[in-house]
Amino acid sequence: MNRKVMDLWVGIFVVIGFAAVLFLALKVSNFSASSFATTYEITAKFDNIGGLKVRGPVKSAGVVVGRVSEIRFNPQTYEANVVLKIDSQYQFPMDTFASILTSGLLGEQYIGLDAGGDETMIPAGGAIAKTQSAIVLEKLISQFLFNKASEGKKDAGAQ
Amino acid sequence: MNMLERFFRVVGRNTINRVWRLGFAARFFIALLAHSGETFRRPRLLLRELFASGVLSLIIILVSGLFVGLVLGLQGYDTLQRYGSSEALGILVALSLVRELGPVVAGLLFASRAGSSITAEVGLMKATEQLTAMDMMAVNPLARIIAPRFWGGVLSMPMLAALFTAAGIFGGWLIGVVFIGVDEGAFWAQMQANVNFVDDVCNGIIKSIVFGVAVSLIAVFEGFDAVPTAEGVSRAITRTVVTSALAILALDFVLTSFMFRGL
Repeated sequence: MNRKVMDLWVGIFVVIGFAAVLFLALKVSNFSASSFATTYEITAKFDNIGGLKVRGPVKSAGVVVGRVSEIRFNPQTYEANVVLKIDSQYQFPMDTFASILTSGLLGEQYIGLDAGGDETMIPAGGAIAKTQSAIVLEKLISQFLFNKASEGKKDAGAQ
Repeated sequence: MNMLERFFRVVGRNTINRVWRLGFAARFFIALLAHSGETFRRPRLLLRELFASGVLSLIIILVSGLFVGLVLGLQGYDTLQRYGSSEALGILVALSLVRELGPVVAGLLFASRAGSSITAEVGLMKATEQLTAMDMMAVNPLARIIAPRFWGGVLSMPMLAALFTAAGIFGGWLIGVVFIGVDEGAFWAQMQANVNFVDDVCNGIIKSIVFGVAVSLIAVFEGFDAVPTAEGVSRAITRTVVTSALAILALDFVLTSFMFRGL
């Protein structure tokens, strides 16, 4: 094989090899979005986190503003301590409301932040005071059924 | 009694042979690493091997990757649309390729395309006493022949795996978006939202590097260790492909169990 032709082909091979890695990093994965953005941590306590997972998104007004970085069980209060990593460019007021929501009927669970009206912002390492737990579908259904059943009795009594 | 004794002898001899060969392979690997300096001081040696293992494997890797992606697109769509979530096709194609299929299938193809040819070359050099001749001329065959082939394979493998994955994702996009008509924005957005660079892409690259080391080592070792006859070389090539395939699948299980614990 001619030396120049070989050089050319090895060059092409190496370049498209790196281009493929770059494609995987930028187009396929979230490398550009999250890896190097500076973040700060805030914690939130929930009675029940449902199916929330580490690395789940934190959204405000539907826009991803951070990720769940850690989930721990607190054996003193029997609550779940969830640590959120929020992008440093977003600040939230002290009375922000955190709730665990589900995207779609069968989708993943995420934390939704509803900003309040407070003047002071949550500092890095601070905590969110007002939280709402995940909605457990079974509880909701049973509540609905019990309500229906008691309504039925009332109707029967009126007749 | 005699039968029993012979049985134990056969077991004992096989065990000793296996352990000896393993030890020999380990010492061979250490010696190979110790003599690798010349490979990087003389890039021309490495360049030739990058051409032989990398560039010549390009066609098979790209075409196989494309077809694996096409099949994933069709099968994934068929299953996902039953649950009304055909937009998740991007995640399915990208995650299965990035995490598993890319490194593993590219490794298997690499073992049969490049590994076998390395073994054949080295084995034939041994059979025709070229390695001995080099030794006589005070040229270390480990530094001159073995190390460049090993490093050529190790460097080619991650790039081939990345190309395989990229070709596969292109294939999935072709079937999903162009032919079936899954929404293009949802396809890429869901993929980006659910494929993590560190956890998925980097682990896939680590896998492909490990497979590259394993396949290249097995290939050069089997060639170096081949019985110097025509039959011995052909057996060595067979062993390269079989051992590499088993090593890739076993290592893949071990690496996967460390990397993805389903957090």
